[in-house]
Amino acid sequence: MAKGKYLRGASRRSILQQFGAAAVGITFAGGLSGCNRQGGGRVVNFYNWDTYIGENTLADFQAATGVRVEMSLFANNDELFARLRAGNPGYDVIVPSNEYVTRMAQAQMIQELDHSKIPNKANLLPDFQDAAYDPGRRFSMPYAWTALGIGYRKSAVDGVPNSWRWVFDSNRHAGKIALIAESADLIRLAAKYKGHSVNGIPDAMLSEIEQMLIRQKPHVKAFHEDDGQDLLVSGEVDLVIEYNGDIAQIMAAEGGDQFGFVIPQEGTLLNNDCLCIPTGAPNPDDAHALINYILDGEAGKHISETILYPTPNGAARALMPESYRANPVIFPPADVMASCEYGAFEGDERSRLYEEIFTRINAA
Amino acid sequence: MEQTWKQAKAAFAAIAVPPVGWLLLFFLVPMAVIWAYSFGENTGPTTIDLTGTFANYTRALEPLYLGIFWKSIVVAAVTTLLCLLVGFPVALAIAFASPRTKAWLLLLIMLPFWTNLLIRTYALIAVLRENGYVNFGIEWLWNNASGLMTFAGLQPLGEFEPLPLLYNNFAVVVGLVYVHLPFMVLPLYSALDRMDRSLMEASLDLGAGHMRTIMSVVVPLAAPGIASGILITFIPALGAYLTPDLLGGTDSQMIANVIERQFKRANDWPFGAALSFLLMYLTFIAIALQAMVQKRAERRG
Repeated sequence: MAKGKYLRGASRRSILQQFGAAAVGITFAGGLSGCNRQGGGRVVNFYNWDTYIGENTLADFQAATGVRVEMSLFANNDELFARLRAGNPGYDVIVPSNEYVTRMAQAQMIQELDHSKIPNKANLLPDFQDAAYDPGRRFSMPYAWTALGIGYRKSAVDGVPNSWRWVFDSNRHAGKIALIAESADLIRLAAKYKGHSVNGIPDAMLSEIEQMLIRQKPHVKAFHEDDGQDLLVSGEVDLVIEYNGDIAQIMAAEGGDQFGFVIPQEGTLLNNDCLCIPTGAPNPDDAHALINYILDGEAGKHISETILYPTPNGAARALMPESYRANPVIFPPADVMASCEYGAFEGDERSRLYEEIFTRINAA
Repeated sequence: MEQTWKQAKAAFAAIAVPPVGWLLLFFLVPMAVIWAYSFGENTGPTTIDLTGTFANYTRALEPLYLGIFWKSIVVAAVTTLLCLLVGFPVALAIAFASPRTKAWLLLLIMLPFWTNLLIRTYALIAVLRENGYVNFGIEWLWNNASGLMTFAGLQPLGEFEPLPLLYNNFAVVVGLVYVHLPFMVLPLYSALDRMDRSLMEASLDLGAGHMRTIMSVVVPLAAPGIASGILITFIPALGAYLTPDLLGGTDSQMIANVIERQFKRANDWPFGAALSFLLMYLTFIAIALQAMVQKRAERRG
């Protein structure tokens, strides 16, 4: 998943690396319009999250097929959606999350996939062969999935913060908590804390959640833009709501054993990022080829090694070392998974309502 | 005979076409589209019907959003005031420096513009955070003071607690002042530089002190410069969204953050457009106020 709304790049431990990463990110961000006209030959325009591809994946694909991949980066689903809202500016493959797959399919912004061109679909684990958000996988192929949880600093936290209470309803770590700034994610996780599903939250509970978060606000340092792992690493906070892969990345880096990650016992919100072809893609055949290539076992293994997010690809997972397959941060235990859910697309009115609640929480 | 543009219509038209065309195509047309959206209704995830409704404006005038507007005005006003307090002595110093030094000082003022705003803001994060340079500096002083006190037989100061300098409104104002200071200094400098120095000398000769001379002579003469400095600091500060987003805490949201979220997360372009236009109207009021100040100053002059 992307690492923050503004700054893009790999590990951001030092300030020098930060600047380098920012420069790279800015170059990438403006890259598409200029890049896709350079040189000759076949090209696929790939619009992806940052730090979300294997180091050599694109070069390997070019070596295998002769098709060059031009990758540009987006920071979150909203940016992706806003960019394609007024028409596809020339992308061939995009990576929306489950909820946005439904939304974009409803808005006819993505096109049906030709499954005969994606034989590697067979590599997908049985759970991912079909999906409630895209029945029959007509529009999407799963790329990786994510689970939100609490990343924490072991030395500052007494035990394991295995309840959402620690971040939503407690002053034990006042001033050392960061919550995610995505209105829908925040409200859905709070509903999970209150024992409700992430979907179909009744209005009465929404106002309870609003009151709870306003009460909790003085103890919260920031609503972070999906760069919570940086707040944790730099010592600003001790508890942060983040995606499992982002915390797995800092835990795999040097000094990472001081951090922990837990999915609270109440369960959490899962997301599934998917490969889709937007309507009006200039090179649909090569787009299918890229999707098929990514679903290959070896290629999927290479991607998983870099991004450390859980893969829905059975063939790739089988090739991965034990340290990945048995990592409880990457693959939460089965009993925890049983209480986790995907968020369904419940219409634009719902997103607006959540956004207004978040604005009120901020303004309170 | 003196030539006016009236006698060279063709030449004037040739020169005027590119800027007017540019303004029309890239400013007025997009603005008109957004203005039209502000009277529209969402009919689907990507479709807007222009129904002429005022519902978006009614919603934008709810206390929730008016409160956020007010908060943004306060933050921008504090920023502008601090910029003026810091910028005026700086501009005065540059105006009275020798021509050679002047060039260097002006260069120093312009220097931050050579770096991207985003990178400057991230640099501020590294400076202000708990494990940042300001806190390192204070910690060093604290520990030395503590050591000295032990040496003198006093109680040491105890453990150093890093100051929470980041993720609050203080950080937002610091960031905004830092970013907008050049906007204040440059117009002030140009006003002070053009000022007739003999008036200051007269004031000093006639017995006014330095402070009195600055307040009664320099400030009134520089009033148009001060007014335009205030204006071009206040307007961008009012619409700031990156700084509160990156440096702010849980209660630092400004109106531009809300507008941005309408165009992205909420996917509610009509409402975002209505909020944007309310912000524009506020800007127009600020410009009108500045024009009034200017006119009054000219009448007096």
